[in-house]
Amino acid sequence: MLELRHVSFGVDDTEGEKEIIRDISLEIPKNKVVVITGPNGGGKSTLAKLIAGIERPSSGQILFNGEDITKKTVTERAKLGIGFAFQTPVKFKGIQVLDLIRLASGKKIPLAEACEYLSAVGLCANDYIGRDVNASLSGGELKRIEIATVLAKASSLSIFDEPEAGIDLWSFQNLIEVFEKMRAHIENSSIVIISHQERILNIADEILVLKEGQLVAKGCKEEILPTLIGTSSAVAACRMSGI
Amino acid sequence: MVQLDEIQKRILREVADLHQVPEGAYNIRSDGRSVGRESTENIEIIPRDDGKGLTINIKPGTKKESVHIPVVMTKSGLTEVVYNDFYIGEDADVIIVAGCGIDNCGPKDSQHDGIHRFFVGKGAKVRYVEKQYGSGDGAGKRILNPVTEVTMEEDSSMEMEMVQIKGVDDTIRKSTAVLDKGAKLVVRERLMTHGEQRAVSSYIVTLNGDGSSADVVSRSVAKDDSYQEFEAKIIGNAACSGHTECDSIIMDHGRINAIPGLEANNVDAALVHEAAIGKIAGDQIMKLMTLGLTEQEAEEQIVNGFLR
Repeated sequence: MLELRHVSFGVDDTEGEKEIIRDISLEIPKNKVVVITGPNGGGKSTLAKLIAGIERPSSGQILFNGEDITKKTVTERAKLGIGFAFQTPVKFKGIQVLDLIRLASGKKIPLAEACEYLSAVGLCANDYIGRDVNASLSGGELKRIEIATVLAKASSLSIFDEPEAGIDLWSFQNLIEVFEKMRAHIENSSIVIISHQERILNIADEILVLKEGQLVAKGCKEEILPTLIGTSSAVAACRMSGI
Repeated sequence: MVQLDEIQKRILREVADLHQVPEGAYNIRSDGRSVGRESTENIEIIPRDDGKGLTINIKPGTKKESVHIPVVMTKSGLTEVVYNDFYIGEDADVIIVAGCGIDNCGPKDSQHDGIHRFFVGKGAKVRYVEKQYGSGDGAGKRILNPVTEVTMEEDSSMEMEMVQIKGVDDTIRKSTAVLDKGAKLVVRERLMTHGEQRAVSSYIVTLNGDGSSADVVSRSVAKDDSYQEFEAKIIGNAACSGHTECDSIIMDHGRINAIPGLEANNVDAALVHEAAIGKIAGDQIMKLMTLGLTEQEAEEQIVNGFLR
């Protein structure tokens, strides 16, 4: 489904060019939940943005269903079937929750259908559907609406950048159910989640570990979790293995 | 029965949401003369002797009635000044819909200056909607200079929705209001300019009575090479509360000058002003692009939402 070939990305800072992503090659097959983890500052969010097209690699290639999308815009990638849930949801003035869900679904879906996406993320649809997506909503509410827009978009590859951040009032189990339903409802779809959270790591078919911009480990959770000792995911890993 | 051609009908839809002759009291002015007028038992529309406007008398206690007084101009080169006076009786509760649409396909400028005076009686409630609109591809400009003067008696309230979204080349809008005890004024202005358009909008609200309040909020978008000036001044002469807000988006080479003004002449006057001008936030465009919209479509959605 998605393939990265020798992808690198750097930014200019006061000390010259700083490499954030270093020569990463990986493949995300169909029907998989892939969790990208690793220490803070390791390049996880940047990698997600490179896949969505928000950032462009300095070198390397990105292929989606065999097609080279390296030079494609965010819009073109979205139309090809890539969805992206922002770590920090964007606020608007005057755009309502219903507008955003309809824009995400690509058509003027009936109100009842739009409400289903809100219910799926644990929000009482009647209370939220006509609200402005602005600062009057809490961080957690905005986060759930952000996830609802990605659900409504129904992409074949959905990327979630730290979806659990800020939704502490909503049980993790619900969030995990959202991912499971997405998999079941969208044929041949895959999900990429950036997370440190043990319960999210636990639903992964495959875990990728990013450190200092490099892919340092990949494999199924049974293989990878023990190696996370010594990283910021260590606490989660220790807890899971009962240490 | 009023006969309207297609251009007149289209303009009426834009400025007054009218798809047919309105119910209730109305006067439709087209190219300098009245083409249809109807009074009702409670609302009397009297033309001025000089033909340059109307006096509208609304009986005290009139409830849930409306007055429509749209103006349509389709002839290039026409210039007019119209004076309309509204006397709203005590405890009335009415909707007044005004607005002017100019379709100018000719080489000469067309100009309509509407001067509206409102005398809002004790305890009366008015919702006033004014939409200005221009169309036509002639070289002549479409110019509108509305003046609104509001005098509000005790415990009256007025909500003004002032909209100019499209096609008006040059406008100077001047609105003033004077409020007595317990009177309440709410203004919601939405303004968009494009091309080489120029819009000046000024509100001066004087709060003379204890317990009076004003809330003046403008949302505007300046595109292309257009220029806007927004002045909102609230003068508090009593124990009153006032709030003005100017929230603007600038695009392309658009320019906006926001001039806030607060004058408190009483220690119990509580006055607040907020102003923000900036371009569309990049992350808003990016979010909509991740949903499959192009950059231009994303901008349109953001502007439409902003001016809703």
